[in-house]
Amino acid sequence: MLNATPKEIKPREALRINPAKTCQPIGAMYAALGLHGCMPHSHGSQGCCSYHRSHLTRHYKEPVVATTSSFTEGASVFGGLANLTQALSNIFAIYNPDVVAVHTTCLSEVIGDDIPMIIQKATAEGIIPPGKLVIHANTPSFVGSHITGFANMTSGMVRYLAERTGRALNQLNVIPGFVDPTDMREIKRIAAEMKVKIILFPDTSDVLDQPQTGVYQMYPSGGATVAQIKSAGDSIATLALGHFSAHPPATDLDEKCNVPCAFLETPVGLTQTDRFIHALRNYAGVDVPESITQERGRLLDVMSDMHQYFHGKRVAVAGDPDNIISLVQFLVELDMKPVYVITGSPGNHFEQRVQELLKEQVPDAIVKQNADLFELHQWIKNVPVDLIVGNTYCKYIARAENIPFVRYGFPVLDRMGHRLFPTVGYMGALRLLDKIIDALLDQKDRDCPEEWFELVQ
Amino acid sequence: MSEIVNIPPLPDANEAREEMLKIYPPKTRKKRQKQILSNDPSAPPEVAANTRTIPGIISQRGCTYAGCRGVVMGPIYDLLQITHGPIGCGYYAWLTRRNLARPKEGVNYMQYSMSTDMQEDQIIFGGEKKLKQAIREAYAIFKPKAIAILATCPVGLIGDDIHTVARQMKEELGINVMGFSCEGYKGVSQSAGHHIANNGVFKNIIGLNDQADDAEFTVNILGEYNIGGDAWEIDTLLRKCGIHVTATLSGDVSYDQVTRAHTAMLNTVMCHRSINYIAEMMEKKFGLPWVKVNFIGGDATAKSLRKIAQYFESKKLKDRVEEVIAQELLELRPVQEEVKKRCQGKRAALFVGGSRAHHYQHLFNEMGMEVVSAGYEFAHRDDYEGRRVLPTIKVDADSRNIEELKVDADPTRFKPRKTPEQLEALKAGGFSFSDYEGMMAEMKKGALVVDDISHHEIEKLIQMYHPDIICSGIKDKFVIEKMGVPCKQLHSYDYGGPYAAFSGAANFYREIDRMLSTKVWKYLTPPWEKNPQLTATLVHAGKEGGKRNGENKTYAKRAVTADAGA
Repeated sequence: MLNATPKEIKPREALRINPAKTCQPIGAMYAALGLHGCMPHSHGSQGCCSYHRSHLTRHYKEPVVATTSSFTEGASVFGGLANLTQALSNIFAIYNPDVVAVHTTCLSEVIGDDIPMIIQKATAEGIIPPGKLVIHANTPSFVGSHITGFANMTSGMVRYLAERTGRALNQLNVIPGFVDPTDMREIKRIAAEMKVKIILFPDTSDVLDQPQTGVYQMYPSGGATVAQIKSAGDSIATLALGHFSAHPPATDLDEKCNVPCAFLETPVGLTQTDRFIHALRNYAGVDVPESITQERGRLLDVMSDMHQYFHGKRVAVAGDPDNIISLVQFLVELDMKPVYVITGSPGNHFEQRVQELLKEQVPDAIVKQNADLFELHQWIKNVPVDLIVGNTYCKYIARAENIPFVRYGFPVLDRMGHRLFPTVGYMGALRLLDKIIDALLDQKDRDCPEEWFELVQ
Repeated sequence: MSEIVNIPPLPDANEAREEMLKIYPPKTRKKRQKQILSNDPSAPPEVAANTRTIPGIISQRGCTYAGCRGVVMGPIYDLLQITHGPIGCGYYAWLTRRNLARPKEGVNYMQYSMSTDMQEDQIIFGGEKKLKQAIREAYAIFKPKAIAILATCPVGLIGDDIHTVARQMKEELGINVMGFSCEGYKGVSQSAGHHIANNGVFKNIIGLNDQADDAEFTVNILGEYNIGGDAWEIDTLLRKCGIHVTATLSGDVSYDQVTRAHTAMLNTVMCHRSINYIAEMMEKKFGLPWVKVNFIGGDATAKSLRKIAQYFESKKLKDRVEEVIAQELLELRPVQEEVKKRCQGKRAALFVGGSRAHHYQHLFNEMGMEVVSAGYEFAHRDDYEGRRVLPTIKVDADSRNIEELKVDADPTRFKPRKTPEQLEALKAGGFSFSDYEGMMAEMKKGALVVDDISHHEIEKLIQMYHPDIICSGIKDKFVIEKMGVPCKQLHSYDYGGPYAAFSGAANFYREIDRMLSTKVWKYLTPPWEKNPQLTATLVHAGKEGGKRNGENKTYAKRAVTADAGA
């Protein structure tokens, strides 16, 4: 397993090995699926669309439909106007969505296709049926990561759809960032429990976690509606859950419609969930119900009951910047030691924020943005860890080094729990604890000498 | 025979076709109607295969890079491969095909994804410098035998010359470094990428080492990717017969094996679409002929073994092959008979790849099932209609993009494997070289052939044909299953397999039997929707309790009282 990875770390400037990120368009496609009645459209060669659909399907085990401009060499030389125009005409005739959300690819970015102009032209030519919408986001693959793509498409929703009419609506916007449908469902549950009306966008719950009924729906019941996002311009405030995937669209909404934002982080773990609950309470002016306080208490109960198993454990963490920042904070709350923390996505904020979280508890932690799993593995080879938390690709390192492993983040390609059970909120934190305990103690039960194999833990 | 109730009759293929086309705008309809046809095995109609995908149509197809990097190059496990481009392409091609490998020497670069992770700077100022640096770093860390550079869309557009970089780095590092111009937009599907990979492997790897394997009968298996361990099953079977595999292109294969592939005595071709180019070129340059084989299905496997034995004209081999076939069929037939009891008469449809949609029909036929519709994702006319149509295929602008290598006989190494007399004798005995009959000749008359099927057409097909199972890929799988029809992925085998050779056939029979007989689909309708009227019968515990001992009776009485009180 990963036998070619040497312990010795040689400097690398140009070669990326085993990335901890992917490209913008897939994030844009995922975000677009969180808009009700929307067909994501990939403006580029058809391989991009095929790769993204395959990858999202492997993670969600759900239908992921999207269309493509299917560039060939001709379009690459002469521009994608004809391809996109023909695509729009086919999409509305055959698949009849309410909205088409176009994102670009490296190909269409390099040749410089002007998407707003193409949309305008298609509108003028009557290719877009009345009442139907086409929105877009520029998502060049050679800038940022899939997280940037998610933020850019969410910003696209804001730019095209949100409106300020001047009526004050008693509702909060919540931009959840790049989290799973079940996390979005949990955010809505918490808000409902607190009797706060929220506009959650994008919202992939009831889109990418559909029940099996024997009836296929191309546009399932879920997704934020155009009307909802339109109304977001009249909301009290926006709670943006994540610096990288949620703050930019929240800022755009503020600029466009003057909706103040609370720049929060992904509500993973105890204190990050506290912050989220606190914000809901303060902005909406509601009391926190007893049921939420009890959820928090149950989390805290497990944290204290099982503290000995968490305390001091060295953890390697890899994944997307927003959910890793919050995860690191949670691990700190558990008195664990996140000694290696990486994200593949670029952005200095990641290093600053994680270092700030770790400065007292793990001052010598190695924290790196724009890093990759190969490097992480080399660090582990030099000084090992007790636990790895990351996406499915980390399982190769876990097996190579025989280290307990918890799957967390995107993508999880080989298990099913992430599709159903959230990691956000107090309940999500409990699930993470459950998984961490299982991983640590299963390893102990498998490897420890027989005299230390114990019935009760 | 299983109970078959209320099976709707099959529609007429032409009517089904009309129904599929109805919704399309005129231009789209005009194109799609040439790709949806009613089959005639004796005179296959012309399929407009290997033509552009229509923008806006939800297609299964991928890109040229995927065909080159993912399919053909990917499985050469100790060839270090660097994707030159933004991160996505290299990332998505990382461990997502199930081309399993068991490296003999311990190095397996398939577990690694290497890329230049191109940034905006390189898009503007060019990426050659970064590519060179990436190659140097890869060499410093891994010391590989050879390095391949795979191009993605932006590379061709910004004009990076990967071939010059490859030449320079070859000189600098003293190892084989080769470039593949497989930019995603180069062709209409993955197929262009297969061709580009074939050219590159032929030019840069095959023939570098003339050391032949020390074995009496040597073959290459071309177009076999060891998905789910298929190549291992084939290899085991051939070994049982006394036939040695020099190289499998490309499945669990080392760079060294590929360098010696030209020393084999025969090329056998599994997936004609993805690899016939190499077979043709090797024949011209080195003189080893190729035959089409198919190890999917018990009968097809037996036929293929006999064909190889016939080629070698050895009585010993022929006898051994017959022995092995008899032995294997003895084990396979009972499984076949067992699943037939439940599967007979059920309907299958296959939309996949460039050979599997044909090969897997053999397995379904052996199970007594009917293939009502089939089509390839990226094949050409010859894969549908047979190689006899090759001279009539129009070379369009998209195909012209892909280099056709001019190949001549190697002045010193061209060795005809058979004398002209031997060849004549074989042909007279019904043996056919360099031939593929295609899918349609083996499909029923009136079956629906759909090339590059779209999402909409799959939906219509399910409504009209009521297939019991569809074979497709990951992008369709859950769409189809949400419609209540089981879907078997034939790219990844749904993480099962192997399905090749006799033992693989038994696996496949059992797998399809499992999928067709699972209880899951019977639970689709909740009981309250089956009987919307409230018809509950309330039973007092006393009714039962009364028949038991006194204690129960008392308890029951209390329960009744409580009930009445409420």
